[in-house]
Amino acid sequence: MNKNSNSYQIIYSAIMVVLVGAVLALIYMNLKPKQDVNIANDTRSQILSALHIAVASDDEIPATYEKYITQDLLVDLEGNVLDSAKNCAFDVDMKKNMKLDENERQLPVFKCTLDDGSVKFVIPVYGAGLWGPIWGYVAVNDDGNTIYGADFSHESETPGLGARITEDAFQDQFVAKELYQDGEFKNVSVMKKGQTPTDGSDYVDAISGATITSRGVGAMMKQCMAAYDPFFKKLQSVTE
Amino acid sequence: MLNKKNKEALFNPLSKDNPVLVQILGICSTLAVTVSLEPAIVMGISVIAVLAFSNVIISLIRNTIPSTIRIIVQLVVVAALVIIVQQILIAYNYEVSKQLSVFIGLIITNCILMGRLEAFALNNRPWPSFLDGIGNGLGYTIILVIVAFFRELLGSGTLLGYQVIPQWCYDHGYENNGLMILPPMALITVACIIWVHRARNTELQEN
Repeated sequence: MNKNSNSYQIIYSAIMVVLVGAVLALIYMNLKPKQDVNIANDTRSQILSALHIAVASDDEIPATYEKYITQDLLVDLEGNVLDSAKNCAFDVDMKKNMKLDENERQLPVFKCTLDDGSVKFVIPVYGAGLWGPIWGYVAVNDDGNTIYGADFSHESETPGLGARITEDAFQDQFVAKELYQDGEFKNVSVMKKGQTPTDGSDYVDAISGATITSRGVGAMMKQCMAAYDPFFKKLQSVTE
Repeated sequence: MLNKKNKEALFNPLSKDNPVLVQILGICSTLAVTVSLEPAIVMGISVIAVLAFSNVIISLIRNTIPSTIRIIVQLVVVAALVIIVQQILIAYNYEVSKQLSVFIGLIITNCILMGRLEAFALNNRPWPSFLDGIGNGLGYTIILVIVAFFRELLGSGTLLGYQVIPQWCYDHGYENNGLMILPPMALITVACIIWVHRARNTELQEN
């Protein structure tokens, strides 16, 4: 048989594509339920990690999450609570949520109660790094000002450079930083080591060699946290 | 099992026919993942696995592949293999899959893979092809680890994430070399390794 005849080539590539496509689809469909469980658990462990709660094994994640995350909230841009059904914040797809028109956005908040009875609010953030999306969870004290903890993740940042936003050394810098200066929303900036922000906001050191990813984290914080300004203000007025 | 030819397929890529040092393949991923040791090792293991199995698959179907579309066939095999591995990892070992996610693209585009499929698997039987895949993967991993060792040690003062340069060095004015974690130093480090390698293997030198 002539392997270089047109018909052989066309039939060969057609069979190859159908075969490979079928195998991939089959594997994907069979593994999808397991994968969804893993991804949901990973999200839960990120939220817990923002609260400095370590979970020993993957099996304990759902139970630990249920224990500490006491309520899901959806708030609007005025800081009013729209919905507090179970998992209403957990089910929000941040990627889609960020693309919505400002006025249509419902902002997810996770209300958490720690062992010592203190209440924290975890805010999901979502933005762009150098190669792909980056996201994270920022836990804020119930004074609506001080950051309690942060956890960042990424899809495809460079290992050893941008990917270091997932390391504790970077994330722990955010602890105890204040979002407000003199009652004005300023956010937390990510600055090159040795520089200070001109607007007087609190800041953390960027990762050397990963300028764009670091900037991405700064922009993500700015864009996502600012929308919660009225919500934080309400918290502040309650605690005062 | 291991006659002379098979031994050559397995061991030559470690030094005399090293994919990075002699064939100068896979340089782009050498730049990308050698900032610290851990990703370098993970990348090395992934490449060994994918290279060995894609070599076997291509070798099995080598007599049916039309030569005009062989590159596309190779690409499809490699890409499918990598995606299958990724999907299985997401389902059964999510932690590892998170670490590997960035490497998926790098493995598919790694020139060593296409290079070995083209140069070896298309003309050899499955078993030697498998050994050739393992050998070249190992040869690549060795260089990755050497480069990453120096870049992490001098650039961050750590190895595998553990601090190895003691604090008193920093107290006495020692600084991590920020240049080491930038891509150009990977090239320079690789070049230094090639220099040493050629100086020791005179048969590789051009006249």
